[in-house]
Amino acid sequence: MANMLKLIKNPLSKENPIAVQVLGICSALAVTTQLKPAVVMALSVTVVVVLSNVIVSLLRNTIPSRIRIIVQLVIVSLMVILVDQFLKAFVYDVSKQLSVFVGLIITNCIVMGRLEAFALANKPLPSLLDGIGNGLGYAVILIIVGFFRELLGQGSLWGYKIIPESFFEAGYVNNGLMTMPAMALILVGIIIWVHRSRNKDLCEK
Amino acid sequence: MQEIINIFVKSIFIDNMVFAFFLGMCSYLAVSKTVKTSMGLGIAVCFVLLITVPINYLINEFILKEGALAWLSPSFATVDLSFLSFILFIAVIAAIVQLVEMFIEKVSPSLYSQLGIFLPLIAVNCAIMGASLFMQQREYANIGEVFSFSLGSGIGWLLAIVGLAAIRERIRYAQVPAPLKGLGITFIITGLMAIAFMSFIGIKL
Repeated sequence: MANMLKLIKNPLSKENPIAVQVLGICSALAVTTQLKPAVVMALSVTVVVVLSNVIVSLLRNTIPSRIRIIVQLVIVSLMVILVDQFLKAFVYDVSKQLSVFVGLIITNCIVMGRLEAFALANKPLPSLLDGIGNGLGYAVILIIVGFFRELLGQGSLWGYKIIPESFFEAGYVNNGLMTMPAMALILVGIIIWVHRSRNKDLCEK
Repeated sequence: MQEIINIFVKSIFIDNMVFAFFLGMCSYLAVSKTVKTSMGLGIAVCFVLLITVPINYLINEFILKEGALAWLSPSFATVDLSFLSFILFIAVIAAIVQLVEMFIEKVSPSLYSQLGIFLPLIAVNCAIMGASLFMQQREYANIGEVFSFSLGSGIGWLLAIVGLAAIRERIRYAQVPAPLKGLGITFIITGLMAIAFMSFIGIKL
């Protein structure tokens, strides 16, 4: 049981897919200008990782290793098509905002990385937990970045104004640079910095 | 003709794959340690982009788009298969990467040994899939525009990875705080490069 719990807990910090394993950065940054798309994206990735982890783990003994990449790609893209159709049906405005990045979950390194590194060698239940853990680890970083970018860049959270009008009258201005792509990279750099100064053993030599 | 040159310049500098959309970040961060290997990967990405994006354009134009099947028989004029685009695009990319790999191995073994390790990686590079999805979203008018878009994106990606590799070779001699070493400083450098590339915004031929 303790082992099972570890599978969920480890990816949140010590083995975080973005800050430590360096997987899935591609889509992580482009969708974080606001909190809402960041949360939707994080949920979609979690669903895809969990489902494809379980399916690949169930099929692990029947997939020939020479063609495993293409089998994995097909499974993942089926899951992504399901998620994409679901988003289009229920949260159309967010799905428009995410544009091509929903499709890019297919080539998100977290999904392929977890399939290769975990699901191909483990039973379905641990794979399910591993998928949940890594999805949440990805979500944590996305939400932190999305939170700061929307708060500092637009003065709002989830679309609601947070910074009171009196602040603006006193001379406060939104930091337009925060909505630019460049600041997402620098924010992730800072998150890694803070994370590694708290966990010294993660530092590179 | 002017439109084609315009798309070419725009996709290199303004809509740069790395700095504006964060595509292909995983291999961008992992393979940018020396200029030589990053050059190899950059050329391979250019090459694969130049082949896959036009093929996916033809598939989109004649099979997937709403009403695209009308050339088969008028009764198919209302069929819309665009929900299948993810799975078809990724299948084309995986197949082409495999073919290119076999072709280069036969024709030029020396190039193969240089690119060898990178080629299979390219199938799951977000930049390739992303370019195909952008091509579909932006609805380019003819195949000439698609060629110039794919070549431009490839060169833009090459420029970004070679630039980062050159900076990382120099930064080895600098004193970087221990928790920032490696990944953290790379993110911040990329952010600064993105700010530099922002100065190209607004260029139009």
